[in-house]
Amino acid sequence: MTAALSIRNLCKTYGNGFEALKGISLEVQQGDFFALLGPNGAGKSTTLGIVSSLVNKSSGDVEVFGHSLDKAHAQAKMCLGVVPQEFNFNQFEKVMDIVTTQAGYYGIGPRLARERAEFYLKKLGLWDKRNQVSRMLSGGMKRRLMIARALVHEPRVLILDEPTAGVDIELRRSMWAFLQDINRAGTTIILTTHYLEEAESLCRNIAIIDHGRIVKNTSIKALLQQLNTETIILDIDPPQGTLPALNGYQARLEDDHTLVVDVEKNQGLSGLFAELSQQRIEVQSMRNKANRLEELFVSLVDKNLKDEKSA
Amino acid sequence: MKPRELLIAFWTIVVKEIRRFMRIWPQTLLPPAITMTLYFIIFGNLIGSRIGEMGGFDYMEYIVPGLIMMSVITNSYGNVVSSFYGTKFQRNVEELLVSPIPNWIILCGYVVGGVARGVGVGLIVTLLSLFFTDLQVHHLFVTISIVLMTAVLFSLGGFINAIYANSFDDISIVPTFILTPLTYLGGVFYSIQLLPEFWQGVSMLNPILYMVNTFRYGILGVSDINIVFAFSMLLAVIAVLFSYSLYLLQKGKGIRS
Ligand SMILES: Nc1ncnc2c1ncn2[C@@H]1O[C@H](COP(=O)(O)OP(=O)(O)OP(=O)(O)O)[C@@H](O)[C@H]1O
Ligand SMILES: [Mg+2]
Repeated sequence: MTAALSIRNLCKTYGNGFEALKGISLEVQQGDFFALLGPNGAGKSTTLGIVSSLVNKSSGDVEVFGHSLDKAHAQAKMCLGVVPQEFNFNQFEKVMDIVTTQAGYYGIGPRLARERAEFYLKKLGLWDKRNQVSRMLSGGMKRRLMIARALVHEPRVLILDEPTAGVDIELRRSMWAFLQDINRAGTTIILTTHYLEEAESLCRNIAIIDHGRIVKNTSIKALLQQLNTETIILDIDPPQGTLPALNGYQARLEDDHTLVVDVEKNQGLSGLFAELSQQRIEVQSMRNKANRLEELFVSLVDKNLKDEKSA
Repeated sequence: MKPRELLIAFWTIVVKEIRRFMRIWPQTLLPPAITMTLYFIIFGNLIGSRIGEMGGFDYMEYIVPGLIMMSVITNSYGNVVSSFYGTKFQRNVEELLVSPIPNWIILCGYVVGGVARGVGVGLIVTLLSLFFTDLQVHHLFVTISIVLMTAVLFSLGGFINAIYANSFDDISIVPTFILTPLTYLGGVFYSIQLLPEFWQGVSMLNPILYMVNTFRYGILGVSDINIVFAFSMLLAVIAVLFSYSLYLLQKGKGIRS
């Protein structure tokens, strides 16, 4: 099966001489839900910009469903829907006009364009606002407008550059559900995000990019398996002055009623609870320490930084 | 894209452009109507009656074609330069860049949008002029084709200006410092036969003179210049500007980093 997106040795040096991409290669399979992660300035938007013909590449190849951007750019563009990081619609146009105009750019006739616009504006909760000037929408609505606009020609790949930046939690969840829906219906989705939680709950595969290089390209599952230990925080009662002896577990007391335990993959938790109840220590609540993925992410990016410096 | 899809895409841009200048009509349609009415009253009626004849016609009759042409020129140029620069500035040019529309369709769409405003304002001014004088068209074909070609030429000029512009100042420099002087010196208000020989020669280098005079020839049947030469020159300039605009679009000048 041809890949939905195939990028080979992509390099980009901006006009001011800044080398934003230093040879990126990656593949996204059809039907995948793919995340591009990386710190600010890593080159995510540059990569997606080149894929969506907004940025000129310096060298390398990009193919969308086997259509080369150089040789068959019209076919490649037909397969792509793009939701950019920054708002880029005409602030003075009405919501409905923005979506139907975009449909027209893809050669979709006015009647079908209106039907599609209605369908996607309703799906994204913007139908009430269809006659409003886009400038008057809230930030979250503007972002959804860009999603509706990107879907109006029903692309096979949807590219979203930080779709949930500045979107409240409730809306974020509903946006996730929406994206999962269209992914299930067959649309390949590629997004960038700074929220690892988002990547973890939505995506199957990820690439981490830093300083214009891919530092990791793997599945979320494989990534999580790299994390051998999990850190758990327990609120205990009664308060303990000294660390209780917990056979085989790495533990420390944060304060007299907060116990922090590193649990290894093969250890399980029942042993820990057994030990605690033997010592008549009750667990009142329990939670995971801050996102484990985040720690892994930081360690990967740190490592890349050291490699860069030593190179 | 298939021919039908190309046509839809082209038409979408044209409709968007027309919607834009209709939406902001107090900035686009009203000012030329007011200015030109003032010209008709002040130059045509008040001062014109003292001047007497120009080129064998009432002064009013003589300047009406020039003023119509002046409106066509400024409005076709102004429409494309501000619309396309605005599209760049707000970044909604990206809507075009991500879509499969070929560059020549983008260019044609914007040019036809500019022609629509140029010709639309030209018509408004023509209608207004009927309150001041009788208008008879001598050569309909010459009249219509010179208006269309002039509008196309200045729409292309506006497009190139917008591509190079980096600020709102950049889009007013050319109209203020080049177009307006050339139009005023382009025989809108006088026949160059009034000028000393040397300045007649210099005037012949002004391309706008040829457009204004060809249009005047279409309406009144008199001209300071050779009509065939005027049409050939216009065609050549349009071809050059069109190719250059396409080249800039292809390169992504000013719109793709
Ligand atoms: N037009 C430009 N000219 C010069 N340098 C640029 C340009 N656009 C981006 N850059 C630089 O290229 C690098 C990568 O930028 P890019 O926008 O791709 O980062 P990003 O990964 O999307 O970051 P963020 O998470 O902040 O959106 C940055 O250092 C940025 O300063
Ligand atoms: Mg970015």
